[in-house]
Amino acid sequence: MKKLLSMLLIAAMVLSMTACSSGTDAADDSSDAAAAEEGDTAEDAAEGSAEGGTFVIGGLGPLTGDAASYGISVMQGGQIAVDEINAAGGVQVGDATYMLELNFADDEASEDTVITAYNSLMDSGINALMGAVTSGACLAVIEQSSQDGILQITPSGSALGCTEYDNTFRLCFTDPLQGTTLADYAVDNLGASKIAVIYNNADEYSTGIMEAFVEEAEAKGAEIVANEAFVTGDVDFRTQLTSIKATDAELICVPAYYQDATYITQQAKDLEMDIPFIGSDGWDGVLGTVTDVTTVEGAVFLSPFLASDPAVADFVEAYEAAYNATPDQFAADGYDTVYVIKAAMEQAGSIESADLIAAMTEIQVDGVTGSVTFDATGEPNKAAKFVKIVNGEYTAME
Amino acid sequence: MKVDKKIIVRVLAIVLSYALITFLLRMGLLNRQYTALLIPIGVNIMLAVSLNLVTGFLGELSLGHAGFMSIGAYAGALFSLHVEMPALPSILLAMVIGGVTAAVFGFLIGVPVLRLRGDYLAIVTLAFGEIIKSVLNALSFTNGARGLSKIPLNANYEHYTIVFIAVVITVLVIANVVDSRHGRAVCSVRDNYIAAESVGIHVSRFKILAFVIGAFFAGVAGAIYAHNVGIIKPTTFDYNQSIEILVIVVLGGMGSIKGSIIAAIILTALPEVLRGADDMRMLLYSIALIAMILINQSGFKEKLLERFHSGKKQKAGE
Repeated sequence: MKKLLSMLLIAAMVLSMTACSSGTDAADDSSDAAAAEEGDTAEDAAEGSAEGGTFVIGGLGPLTGDAASYGISVMQGGQIAVDEINAAGGVQVGDATYMLELNFADDEASEDTVITAYNSLMDSGINALMGAVTSGACLAVIEQSSQDGILQITPSGSALGCTEYDNTFRLCFTDPLQGTTLADYAVDNLGASKIAVIYNNADEYSTGIMEAFVEEAEAKGAEIVANEAFVTGDVDFRTQLTSIKATDAELICVPAYYQDATYITQQAKDLEMDIPFIGSDGWDGVLGTVTDVTTVEGAVFLSPFLASDPAVADFVEAYEAAYNATPDQFAADGYDTVYVIKAAMEQAGSIESADLIAAMTEIQVDGVTGSVTFDATGEPNKAAKFVKIVNGEYTAME
Repeated sequence: MKVDKKIIVRVLAIVLSYALITFLLRMGLLNRQYTALLIPIGVNIMLAVSLNLVTGFLGELSLGHAGFMSIGAYAGALFSLHVEMPALPSILLAMVIGGVTAAVFGFLIGVPVLRLRGDYLAIVTLAFGEIIKSVLNALSFTNGARGLSKIPLNANYEHYTIVFIAVVITVLVIANVVDSRHGRAVCSVRDNYIAAESVGIHVSRFKILAFVIGAFFAGVAGAIYAHNVGIIKPTTFDYNQSIEILVIVVLGGMGSIKGSIIAAIILTALPEVLRGADDMRMLLYSIALIAMILINQSGFKEKLLERFHSGKKQKAGE
C-alpha cells in the first residue's frame, strides 16, 4: 500500500507539472521545430494586424542568490528602456509597429537553473534574448539558444566563449580585453614599468583579466614584480600586500570586485603603502563601501558607465525615479541591450531571428555605455572608458 | 510469496514510470521547461539516495557529498573532452570513470576519516568538500576557476533513457545493499555502535563500504550532471550543494529510499513550478520547505500512514 501511495504521489506530481504546460509542442520533441513554430505563429498574429504586435525580449539573470544585484540591475535597466521605447510609440519595423515587452526569468546565476529558465522563456514565447547576465550561465545556455537560432545578446557575460555561436552577441568587454586594455593604459599612459597584481584565483572574471593583463604588460616591456592570489570571501590581504611592499612595484593592479578592492586599499594604507591602484570594471561602487575615501584616492579603473556623466543624465533620472537607486553599469548594460535589439529590429525590417542576427553587424547604437557596433564574431567595438577617483568623486577620464 | 510481490511492485514501478516519461515526451505533453527538469531530477535522486546510504542507513552525517559529485563530474567530463568516441559508449564510460574515481577518493578519504563519528565526521567531510573545490581551482588541467566547458551534452533530455537506467541501477543497488547481510551490518553500526562491535561486526569496514558505495553513485550523478549542463566550475560544487542534497534526504526521511526519490522530485521541480510567482519564488520555496518538514514530522502523517497500513504488518526496513 505504501508503494501504491508513493506511485500515486509521483503520478500526481508529474500530472501537476504537465497541467502547467502549454502543450503546444509538436509531436516529435524536436525543440527547435517547436520553437520555430511558436515564433511563426506569434509573428503571423503580429503581421496580421496593422498595428503590429508585441515583441517579447526574454531576460535571463540572477534575481535571487549571491549575484542577485547584477540580474536585478540589468532587469531594471532593460525595463526603463522598454518603457521609454513604448512611450515613444514602439518600434517601427517595416510597416508594422511593435511594442516591446520584457519577460525576465531568474537563473540564480546557476548553470543548472539557467537551462530550465531559458526553456520556460521559450515556452512562453520570446523573440530575442537578453542574457544571461553572468558568464557561467551564459555559457551553459548558448548551446540551446544557437539550436533555436534566436538572437541572444549578453549584457554582461564577459567570458570569451559567450559569443561562440553566430546568434550570440555581447555588449560588454571580454575579460581578456579588459586585461589588455588595463595593461596598455598602465604602461602607455601611466608609464609603469614594475607592476604588482592581486587577483582572485577562485573567480573566472578576475583570473581572466589577470592572465591577459600580465601577458600584455610583459609584452609591453613592463615587469610583473609580484602576482598575488586570494580567494572569494577573503578579507585579510596583509600577506599579499606585505610581499608587494617588499618589491619596488610602482602600480598595483587589482582585477576584482569592489568589496575586495575596499579591503585591499584600506589595508594598503594601514601598511603605509603609497602605491597607486588600477582596477577592472568590478571596482564600480567602491566609493560606497570604503570608510575612508582617501584610501582609493587616485585609483583608476575601467568603467563603461559613469552615473555622474552629464551625457547619461536622462537615463539616470528615469532610473532613480522608478527604482529610487542610482543605476550601476549592469543597469546601463541592460538599458543599452534593449536599444541594440530595437536598432536591430529597425535595421532588419523584420522580427525573424535570422534577419535580426544578420542586422546586428550593420547597426550602430549610441548608448549610455558609449557608442557601439558589433562584428560578425559577436564582439562589441567600443572605446574603453576610464574613471579616476579624484577628491572622493568618480571622474571620467579621456 | 512476500518477496515475489515486492519484486513485482518494483518492476511495475520502474516500467510504469519509464513508460510515463516516454509517453509525456513523445506526445509533447511536457513543455520545454519541464523537459529540461528531467535530468536534474534524475541526478538529484541519485545524489539523495546515495547520501541516504551514508546518512540514513550508516547514520553518519556527511557534508561532503558535493565533493564526490564534483570528482565524478570532472573525471567524466575530462574523459569526454579528451577521448573521441560515439555518444553512447562515451557517456557510459564517462559515468563509470566518474563513479570509480569518486569511489577511489571515497576510499582514500574514508580510511582515515571514518574513525571519527557524528559531528566530527560532519566537519571533516565539510572540509574535504572545500579542499576538493580549492584543488580544482588550483589545477591547470581542470582549467582553474573557469572550469570545463564544451562538454558534449551526451546526457541531456534526449538521452533520458541512459539517465533513467542509471537512476534505476542506483536505487536498486542501494536498496539491495541495505537489504543484504552487509546492509544489516551497516544499519547495526547506526543503531548501536558498541553492540555491533561486540557481536563481531567490523565497524570501520562497513563504514567504508557504505561511504565508498555512496561516493561511487555521487560520482556517476556528477558525470551525468556535467554531460547535461555542458559546463562545470568548482564553485558549483560548494557546500551549499552538499546541504541541498542533505535537505532532500532529510525531507524524504532518513533511511527511506522512496522518501528520497519523492523528495528529490518535489524539491527539484518546486522552484520551477513556482516560477510564475516571480519575486516571491524563493520565499515561497523556503516556506513550502518548512511546511513540508513540519507536516512530515507531525502526527498527521503518522495517522495517514496508519490508515493505509491498518491490518497490515509493518515491513522491516521501510
